[in-house]
Amino acid sequence: MSILVGPDTRLVVQGITGREGDFHSRQMREYGTPIVAGVTPGKGGQTALDGAVPVFDTVADAVRQTGANTSCIFVPAAGAPDAVMEAAAAGIATIFCITEGIPALDMIPAVEVVRRAGARLIGPNCPGATSPGSAKVGIIPGSIHRQGRVGVVSRSGTLTYEAVQAMSDAGVGQSTCIGIGGDPIIGTNFLDILQLFAADEDTDAVVLIGEIGGAAEETAAAWAAEHLRDLPKVAFIAGRTAPEGKRMGHAGAIISGGAGTAASKVTALEAAGFLVASSPLELPSLLRDAGHRD
Amino acid sequence: MKIQEADAKSLLLAQGLPVPAWEVAHTADEARLSAERFFAGGAQQVVIKAQVLVGGRGKAGGVKLAGFPDQAELIASAILGMDIKGITVRKVLVAAAADIVKEFYMSAVLDRAAGRILLMGSAEGGVEIEQVAASNPGAIVRVHADPLLGLLDFQARQFAFAMGLGAHLKAAVAIARGLVATMLANDADLVEINPLAIVRETDVAGTTVERLVCLDAKITLDDSGLPRHPDLETLRDPDDEAPADREAREAGLTFIKLDGTIGCMVNGAGLAMTTMDLVKRAGGEPANFLDIGGGARADRVAAAMRIILADPKVNAILVNIFGGITRGDEVARGLIEARAVQERGVPMIVRIVGTNAAEAAALLEQARLTTATTLDEAATKAVAASRQAGAAA
Repeated sequence: MSILVGPDTRLVVQGITGREGDFHSRQMREYGTPIVAGVTPGKGGQTALDGAVPVFDTVADAVRQTGANTSCIFVPAAGAPDAVMEAAAAGIATIFCITEGIPALDMIPAVEVVRRAGARLIGPNCPGATSPGSAKVGIIPGSIHRQGRVGVVSRSGTLTYEAVQAMSDAGVGQSTCIGIGGDPIIGTNFLDILQLFAADEDTDAVVLIGEIGGAAEETAAAWAAEHLRDLPKVAFIAGRTAPEGKRMGHAGAIISGGAGTAASKVTALEAAGFLVASSPLELPSLLRDAGHRD
Repeated sequence: MKIQEADAKSLLLAQGLPVPAWEVAHTADEARLSAERFFAGGAQQVVIKAQVLVGGRGKAGGVKLAGFPDQAELIASAILGMDIKGITVRKVLVAAAADIVKEFYMSAVLDRAAGRILLMGSAEGGVEIEQVAASNPGAIVRVHADPLLGLLDFQARQFAFAMGLGAHLKAAVAIARGLVATMLANDADLVEINPLAIVRETDVAGTTVERLVCLDAKITLDDSGLPRHPDLETLRDPDDEAPADREAREAGLTFIKLDGTIGCMVNGAGLAMTTMDLVKRAGGEPANFLDIGGGARADRVAAAMRIILADPKVNAILVNIFGGITRGDEVARGLIEARAVQERGVPMIVRIVGTNAAEAAALLEQARLTTATTLDEAATKAVAASRQAGAAA
């Protein structure tokens, strides 16, 4: 079945008439994702992607007329949190926000509105998700994927591509690949995705790609140690050589309680039974070492 | 972005928080004049504080008391020009020394794990909060603001009582709410008052009163919020930023200078860190972290090249682009343009994969640039090129 995106995805693209929205919508359609609608306020009644996709003024209109259930947001930072809340209010179940540079405080109410609507937000500042062979939502290049049974979750964008390419090149396919976003406030964390993978019958192994800062990797590792004991688990952490404490204020450090360094994350992941790679290129062989068979 | 104490105090004052008067002096003369005004206003002593964006200025001798104007001038002349952790002091803050009864700690911070604003307080003021967290974690009071409604009155009251500020409830509630308001008004990710203090003051009638005031302030701003606060951009401390950092920021790049010889140009923070990690693993030393960001066009690439080459230690460049929202051919074009005008010849290893990689490959081949297929291969080649350049030099 894969997770989050798949054969049932009916996509509306918010900001479809912009430069990035147009470019990546074409890429998504080429990959086979059913794009049923676009939304650009004031351009309702027009079409996008050379006449192939109807454009609506509001997400509510798009949902009513096309049955869209998933949204991909390319709206600029100033309007993106509102676009997220509009999608949630319109009944969209899965919202991907690609936009980067959103002020963190704007995301606090947006994440809460999504939660209360019972929807799921991925991002912001994320590359989206692909379930190889069925659909991709976001900006991950379609060419890097190979259909298979490994679930990939990452905090980063381009580093995800690197890891997935290495796996595909080595013949290791993926069930779903998700970038959860690198911003301080995001809708979905490592732990949420691991839980979805645990319940997915098409996923036999997981790859977690983290980076320094925060404690989300440690939290996910602690859960995996208990609940994913028998699943092959592999990880990579970026930032082993990064200088510490560059952007952290004093009070910021206290919340993570000393966690946040690459070393702390590697230790937590290894203790939870993950094999941790020292280069993304090592991921496929470590997956096999962990017992994964394609 | 960090801002200085005096500017942080101005932002608190703008939200109605109680901050005792202060003046900023750039010269010892100005400091003396400020001190004279505070003594004329009834101050017994004045405090002179170095305005630098590094912690531990008190221990470094950057905070001193003066009992009369001549002494204030002398102290200011010693502090101005002083080197504190590599930063030259250019300004001092002058204020009447407070008669402190008790010190507290209070801050509002973005709690990324909870996705909310977290208010933290402690009756152990004047001490760094990390120290309190380590030695006496139970002494820290925490409350999360409501994600939709903000900090509610009852939350602020509970917080104030838990901090032991029941005797100053009204002021404490106003300050707690003021910290959150300051955060929201300025897109700050940290607003910290340490110490928040009960001070003894003499009112106009000559009666001694106790009052809760913010004696020190630290604010860091969310860089993503700055575009909608152009006024706050003027508070950026030029000493907090090397010229290369400034050029990088203005070009829309994220740049952190390191000590090595291999300049790195990468798209995406995670991949940029990974590229540094792999350079190190291949036996080299990265000269920098540089993320050209998503969707970079040719001009941003050219700026990145200039900034990397401005570091004289750089003797090889590794370009690693995995196109998603960034298109490989745009980067290739930028590299070729920058290469044509660059002042010194440095070997460059280019790896461009992902969106529009084929178009990029054709451009790179035409321009005869050295390329690599995998990241490990690119790192190995860059380290070899740097060694060769190092040996030749």
